[in-house]
Amino acid sequence: MRMIIKGGRIVDPGRIDAVGDILIDNGRISDIRFHESGKQASGAPSSVDSYADPQKTADRIIDASGWYVVPGLIDMHVHLRDPGQEYKETIETGIQAAAAGGFTAVCCMPNTRPVNDSRQTTEYIIHTAKRLQSVHVYPIGAISRESKGLELSEFGELKEAGAIAVSDDGQPVSDSQLMRRALEYAKGVGIRVISHCEDTALSHGVMNEGFTATRLGLAGIPNAAESIMVMRDIALAELTGSLVHIAHVSTRESVHAIREAKKIGIPVTAETAPHYFTLTDESVAAYNTNAKMNPPLRSPEDRQAVIEGLADGAIDVIATDHAPHSVLEKDLEFDAAANGIIGLETSLPLGLRLVAEGALSFALLIQKMSKNPANILGLTNDIKTGASADLTLIDPSRVHIYCVANGYSKSKNSPFDGWKFKGAAMCTIVGGRVVYEM
Amino acid sequence: MMWNRKHILDMDSLSVAEITAIIDTADGLKEISERAIKKVPTLRGKTVVLFFHEPSTRTRVSFDIAAKRLSADAISISASSSSLVKGETLIDTARNLEAMKPDVIVIRHSSAGAPLLLSQKVSTPIINAGDGMHAHPSQALLDMMTVREVKGRLDGLRVAIVGDISHSRVARSNIIGFTRMGADVRLAGPPTMMPAGIEALGASVTYDFDEAIDGVDVIMMLRIQKERQQRFLFPTEREYSRRYGLTLERLKKAKPDVMIMHPGPLNRGVEISPDAADSAGSVILNQVTNGVALRMALLYLVAGGPRNADDH
Repeated sequence: MRMIIKGGRIVDPGRIDAVGDILIDNGRISDIRFHESGKQASGAPSSVDSYADPQKTADRIIDASGWYVVPGLIDMHVHLRDPGQEYKETIETGIQAAAAGGFTAVCCMPNTRPVNDSRQTTEYIIHTAKRLQSVHVYPIGAISRESKGLELSEFGELKEAGAIAVSDDGQPVSDSQLMRRALEYAKGVGIRVISHCEDTALSHGVMNEGFTATRLGLAGIPNAAESIMVMRDIALAELTGSLVHIAHVSTRESVHAIREAKKIGIPVTAETAPHYFTLTDESVAAYNTNAKMNPPLRSPEDRQAVIEGLADGAIDVIATDHAPHSVLEKDLEFDAAANGIIGLETSLPLGLRLVAEGALSFALLIQKMSKNPANILGLTNDIKTGASADLTLIDPSRVHIYCVANGYSKSKNSPFDGWKFKGAAMCTIVGGRVVYEM
Repeated sequence: MMWNRKHILDMDSLSVAEITAIIDTADGLKEISERAIKKVPTLRGKTVVLFFHEPSTRTRVSFDIAAKRLSADAISISASSSSLVKGETLIDTARNLEAMKPDVIVIRHSSAGAPLLLSQKVSTPIINAGDGMHAHPSQALLDMMTVREVKGRLDGLRVAIVGDISHSRVARSNIIGFTRMGADVRLAGPPTMMPAGIEALGASVTYDFDEAIDGVDVIMMLRIQKERQQRFLFPTEREYSRRYGLTLERLKKAKPDVMIMHPGPLNRGVEISPDAADSAGSVILNQVTNGVALRMALLYLVAGGPRNADDH
């Protein structure tokens, strides 16, 4: 099988930004030919004569003119609900949504039923995903057994089985000693620790603490419920010398703490989600349960700080925290509704809004959605000869209206239903296979 | 005025004209409760469901009596006797109630926004009888009725609301209602009981009780829920009553004709001393009496009093 992606603007942040053709043979990039002397970093191949007339021998030619061709997007924070809550999402529907959103890889959090704290569950996820021959799925194992925060799960076995990181996402590690030992032990195993930062003594609420919560009579969650634990984890990263990755940053205080920690060399990385740089707590308006998530949507100042954190490098990654819930969990009183929204199919368009607003360059967006997650997780994700052809083709001018009812995710809990977007993933390629085409 | 609002969900949605119309109607209906035979046929053949998902005595009985004085059939459902305990969702329970063709559903619920949710899911008029910390419009309206009855107006009055503002739907609804009617509202209580951004509702905030009641026309004391002590909101009832309890001694600093109000139930000796609660300026029982008239007015207006058949 030979494929050519023709005439796209190839953007591999820090390495390539030039118009060219990518030749794919048997799932791997076999050659890259640039059309003219575009700027490119050293080491990037440019071989005009390396293949004679590929158009005659290709099985498929994709005309990518006017499009970007980027290293496959990676969402390092999703919930696939499988095993155990397949009525919300399955590995199959989740990765279809991922492919449609331009993602070539996702990392799935361990809060399944049972909790993924074992080789069996990790292998089930990996084997199920492999059978589907689509987007790569990298399971994240639990930090503690059943994510109960009492004893460490077996990081060594989880890693052998294929887990790419550990996290008790959704169940914050309240015990500082457990977090300390998790970071230390993970260093020996060589596995990344991802922390959901929340002080549960402070977080007895259902939305951001502020005027909107006061007006609606809903219990508020203060920013400090997050930032206290971000600062604790920074202190523990410094103590242990083990890198901690902070999940779903939502507050200005967290952004500030991470930025300052990085300045003095503490090993910390961080992600935020598209809803935190797009929406504020005013979206809860009339008790909209599709604006209920944890951490909650924050103030306009927090939203702005998150955008600045993305721009200046305090925040490394955009990840969706894709959290499918059915109407059973969402069509309820606000207090009773579950936290979380789906995000795989809206992440890239929302990121492109930041580019359109001038907050980020396109290359920096791809850095946050592809290169940085790969680096943090120890994956390679370069557009280069010999590499697996994991590519996302993006039309930056494609105007479309997101209709959640037509989405691929099994769940429909999105606050972005009906939003008009400019820019979309047109084609997602994993290992040389087209897994999604608009 | 022609009444054309279907639901009574919160104070925010009511205009000055609507608030005035409700209180005017209640003033007119109040006399019925003074009669030997306390019943008029106005809502005969109408069914009022009192759907109380949270414990309540005063408000439920008040709505029940109001419905009966208008000859409506009132049916009470509490959380423990409803299918909610069998795992049915709120929406399903409400849809089942609606299938039995009631004319009004009065709902009390522990979750803010539950009455709004119901109003979106069923076509029956909904009256909010208190939802979480959000709103308690019938209480605010009866409070305004009581003040207007004594003072002859609401515009230009100064009202102090004292206590746990943070957890109080009564406070929120009164802040919105009184300020909308032109009154000046000031709030007092410990900072632990002041919700974020409350000033944006149009009230001023002080932590000093004496400052709050200086020169006001109305002092509204809120009930202290004793279980809140466990959430570190105040150290002891003793200290709370010393700093924020209304006593005759403190009342000396207020205007001689100040009105003393309380939504009940009273914690005598905590937020209000017994002699202050029973003093000349106290209208606490007038509030309860007016509550029946005010709720008669709400039922009358939404259950097809002057409203036309078209439901907007």
